[in-house]
Amino acid sequence: MRYIDLHAHMVSRTTDDYVQMALTGCVAVTEPAFWAGWDRSSADGFEDYFRHLTDFEPKRAAVYGIRHFAWLCLNPKEGEDRQLAREVLRRIPRYLESPTVLGIGEIGLNRVTRNEIATFRDHVDLAIEHDQLIHIHTPHLEDKYKGTRTIVDILTEYDRIDPSRVMIDHAEEHTLPIILENGFWTGLTLYPQTKVSPERAIDMFERYGTDRICVASACDWGPSLPDAVPHFALAMRRRGHSADLIDRIIYHNPIAFLGQSPKFDVGTDSARRNGAEKALPRSESDAKSSAGVAAA
Amino acid sequence: MPSGVIPSPKTGRELVDEYFIENRTRLLEIAAFLDRLDRTDATLVDRDYRVRAFREALRLLEDRPATAAEAQTRVERIQHLLSDPTTEPLEKLDVKSARGAYDRWQLGVA
Repeated sequence: MRYIDLHAHMVSRTTDDYVQMALTGCVAVTEPAFWAGWDRSSADGFEDYFRHLTDFEPKRAAVYGIRHFAWLCLNPKEGEDRQLAREVLRRIPRYLESPTVLGIGEIGLNRVTRNEIATFRDHVDLAIEHDQLIHIHTPHLEDKYKGTRTIVDILTEYDRIDPSRVMIDHAEEHTLPIILENGFWTGLTLYPQTKVSPERAIDMFERYGTDRICVASACDWGPSLPDAVPHFALAMRRRGHSADLIDRIIYHNPIAFLGQSPKFDVGTDSARRNGAEKALPRSESDAKSSAGVAAA
Repeated sequence: MPSGVIPSPKTGRELVDEYFIENRTRLLEIAAFLDRLDRTDATLVDRDYRVRAFREALRLLEDRPATAAEAQTRVERIQHLLSDPTTEPLEKLDVKSARGAYDRWQLGVA
């Protein structure tokens, strides 16, 4: 089995999780910028985070033969602070040059406030200006339907947005049709509690087919599983679905979306591991720098 | 309910054979949760919107679509029951995180 986890917050996970993902067939992850569980105090804090995502994390993943890509933004949970958002947005463009940054994300909405919407629009404008793919977070729980509707309404106002270059993630049964009907890609995130179980995800594939739908773990600092995608594959087999169908969903679909960025490439086993060469610390000073992967 | 794009490889009987026990377990967990609430405070359904939403959602479990043309599934109807149906943005951020249900009864939290 081989798979790509299109949404994994690896900065919150241990190296043991990379091992588990590699053992279960993961060849690439993409990591959207997100909320740390607390609000960062400055744009400098975001910049450190962007360095972590674009420098340290690809090297840590490469040790286990996993390609690591990132999406950058100020996440929706912090989108209420307009001044901070403007400052962070001003600093993002130079990180878009990184060879592993695929686009802007995960932008979106949290409680659907006027300021969150303004920050969301600023990010969309930035993505259009720099011709970037877009990865979108939809709100949780009771806010998901309203937030998804609002996001789709905003995006369809833009005549310069190609919906096939936009992933609207965290879909559930009541939001999936709105997203697909408007031509966007969507994601089902496999969470133990607040999002979608493997069984419900399979139900949605059976109802709507596999076009423009991916699955991902969205593993982060909360209750979540870094090997949620192989758990989904196991559930698919238990339901009697074929290996080809599973491969289409967990490998080919992410490639179809992510491959729209010229930077995305899952490479070969040896090429993925070559990325680890530079990652191994050679000295104490290396270990203290962002190039080292040894824990302090 | 409309038929799916990808047919289920298993028959209805096979789905029951495979998944009955684990869903029986889930059913008993919900029953035990409600019993637990009754033991501690049986009035919560009138004083806490989350409990009210939960009880109303349970009614939808037995509410099968009358015709195949009625497209909304049980899970979709429950998702909508739990969702904020408004369309206007909030003027300001009120709380950081969602709670899982929308207070359409203006009950608040007990």
